[in-house]
Amino acid sequence: MRRYSSLLASLLVAIVAMGSTLTETALAQGDQPTDDEVNAVAKGLYCPVCENVPLDVCPTQACKQWRETIRDKLAQNWSQEQIEQYFVSQYGDRVLATPPASGLNWLVYLLPPVIFIAGAVILGGAIRSWRKVSRTVAQPADEPSADPYLERVEEELRRRD
Amino acid sequence: MIEGIGFAALVISFLLALYGAGAAAYGATRGRAEWVESARRAMLLSWPMISVAALAIILLLVGARYDIAYVAKVTSNSMPAYLKITALWGGQEGSLVFWSWLMAAFASAVGLRKWDRDRDLLPWVIVVTMITLAFFLSLIIFFENPFSRIWITAEGGQAFAFFRPEGAQAASPVDGQGLNPLLRHPGMIIHPPMLYLGFVAFVIPYAFAMAALITGRSDDRWIRVTRRWTLVAWLFLALGLILGGRWAYDVLGWGGYWGWDPVEIAAFMPWLAGTAFLHSVMVQEKKGMLKHWNMLLIILTYSLVLFGTFLTRSGVLSSVHAFAQSAIGPMFFAFIGISFVVSLWLLLKRWGELRGVNQINSIVSRESLFLVNNFLFIVILAVLFLGVIFPLVSELFTGQTVTVGPEWYERIVGPLFAGLLLLMGVAPLSAYGSSSWRTLGKLIWLPVAISLVIPALLLITGMRSAAAILGYWLASLVAIVTLYEFWRGASARHRRHGEILPVALVRMAGRNRRRYGGYVIHLGVVLMAFGIIGIEVFQTETQGTLARGEQLTLGRYVMVYEGLTRFNAEDGREISRAELSIYKDGRSVGKLFPRQDFYLVQNQPMTIPGVRSTLEEDLYVLLVGWEPIGQGGATFKIYHNPLVNFVWLGGVVFILGTLVAAWPDREPETVRRRSAHAQALPAGD
Repeated sequence: MRRYSSLLASLLVAIVAMGSTLTETALAQGDQPTDDEVNAVAKGLYCPVCENVPLDVCPTQACKQWRETIRDKLAQNWSQEQIEQYFVSQYGDRVLATPPASGLNWLVYLLPPVIFIAGAVILGGAIRSWRKVSRTVAQPADEPSADPYLERVEEELRRRD
Repeated sequence: MIEGIGFAALVISFLLALYGAGAAAYGATRGRAEWVESARRAMLLSWPMISVAALAIILLLVGARYDIAYVAKVTSNSMPAYLKITALWGGQEGSLVFWSWLMAAFASAVGLRKWDRDRDLLPWVIVVTMITLAFFLSLIIFFENPFSRIWITAEGGQAFAFFRPEGAQAASPVDGQGLNPLLRHPGMIIHPPMLYLGFVAFVIPYAFAMAALITGRSDDRWIRVTRRWTLVAWLFLALGLILGGRWAYDVLGWGGYWGWDPVEIAAFMPWLAGTAFLHSVMVQEKKGMLKHWNMLLIILTYSLVLFGTFLTRSGVLSSVHAFAQSAIGPMFFAFIGISFVVSLWLLLKRWGELRGVNQINSIVSRESLFLVNNFLFIVILAVLFLGVIFPLVSELFTGQTVTVGPEWYERIVGPLFAGLLLLMGVAPLSAYGSSSWRTLGKLIWLPVAISLVIPALLLITGMRSAAAILGYWLASLVAIVTLYEFWRGASARHRRHGEILPVALVRMAGRNRRRYGGYVIHLGVVLMAFGIIGIEVFQTETQGTLARGEQLTLGRYVMVYEGLTRFNAEDGREISRAELSIYKDGRSVGKLFPRQDFYLVQNQPMTIPGVRSTLEEDLYVLLVGWEPIGQGGATFKIYHNPLVNFVWLGGVVFILGTLVAAWPDREPETVRRRSAHAQALPAGD
């Protein structure tokens, strides 16, 4: 029991502590753009030559050089958008972490809500028609008791014992 | 010699599978029971035959037979023996043999069950399993032969073939390339077998479903027979996913466990379809509803199993798993398409006969909520499928490759998973049939009221992330409702039988393992949700380049760089290991040793984190680089991962819950005997 209490306590302490860590930031490193500033941009880009690896965590030598390119651009006061566009012009749309909202790529943004709405309409239709069936079929007097759960447990016990 | 025996065993297995499928179909359509029995024996024989082939590969791997192309590709002299054995599933050819071996094992287990009640289903179960097996064996024999040798052609080039090409000489390399370094991890040794077990086990419920469609049985017998198979498949798939996550966390060095990689998603999709299926079959069993839907779900699950294997094995998508690229894609694609179309055709043929009693009395009844649950699972599945195939579609139609990364997935499926959490909090309190808003409200108000304490506390303590507050509230609601359900059931037994509460709890759970196992699974999901929200919303990171003695700070942690050592390991690694002193709130909490292993033969670096792990958080440090600056500096990346260990803890609870749900019931005779014995005992015993 004590172990469970300490588990719960750890969980609560950790969740509460998390709120405060959000406001803290990493140390800056001199005048050059910091690694954190570089990584903040690199996180939104994918390694142009590796497969499905974000640029901020890619361990290859090529990616280290690309991160240095980002640092140089940041030092020249380029914005994140400009840097992303630079990489897109060099290596294509695949370097972006999400497809740009243009042309065929719109599908990837429009289809999810369409799928959701279509599914909801089908589900709603099914429930409506099955409720109609239920109303037309003579209903047994199964008005739930005050506690359907207990009724269920009791029924199960009667059946199994 | 060994390779000859292995290859012959594969060919015989292939012929047995073809014969089994043919003989079973012939026996069923002509009413010839002896043909069906012969097919069953062929099915039983396939497993020992493929075992011979698998054993032959293991002997070649352990025996360092580098003249065999597969052995040279996945092993090397420096590898320890256990890695050489597990290299059986470390490459394309071997893993296909391993898949087939598991498939044959499951088919044999099905063949050995008592078939008295379901004799009519047997031949068609054989047909489906043997066709699936024959397909995989054909891929191995004709495209991915693990017994192919390396030959030096007359022109001086290299060729890989089982039989000697004209004018070629056998090559005899003295060492191999060795296993992909990413796979040399305990998690990766166990992860693929678990995933394959999950994939393969789902073939069995699908085979029974098809058998039911072919024979025109519209009852739910196929569901009852395969209930445990489905749970076992689901268990292994879940275990595979969890182990895969752990492997990614330990080995891939990105500070997380789930990167929305297409191959990760490919393994997740059959799990989602299987989860929807596990919930909806309960509605069919209880209410005789959703017969068409359950057929569709199992067809979908089987197709997704094939699709998942296809993605992993064909290399059709670019991902970190793409080491398994090969030319078997079109074959796979055709097989998935044909089996999907044939399955749907069978379903449409029997559509009329499968009409159930689809009635819903209340929109808050258990069956209605299960329908909503299925809707959410299927929408998530469809969204994930879209995300996986969209880069291919884009490339096909525009020639432009795009990346669909974590941000897109999380933005869309995050709210849907929140909806599932809400359902997990509400559905256990609703009843089948006539649950009304009033009765549900009476039951749920108290858990909701208690659960609201959590978001209130979080707001008071300064948390302002709406997503996290909502997520923690929903997870708390699920936990409270689930524990409330345990308590209510146990106290009902306590009142009825006078059992003390712990005994009542155990007996209650034992009498309805599926329900209470399911609730334990829900608790596992709650713990995982706590961990996932923790790392997704509150993960912080920083990176810096330090000279010896300098420090880097992240939140309450300070990390001091003490030095770096470089040395060579016996297994062909050049290791660079940093030493760091870690302080939390100014107090020393130990040292960490993040390192980079550079595999010289494969020319591949591996970033192994140094991790300080406690229940509430991980400090996860990566050695990014060590370009000498000044007095020997190094670059480190630090992640603070709050609550990440709840993901693994939740995973363990999840698996335990699945084991409870899947645990076999006592034989009915035993139950009857025990119950008769109990009645004979004096009261109070």
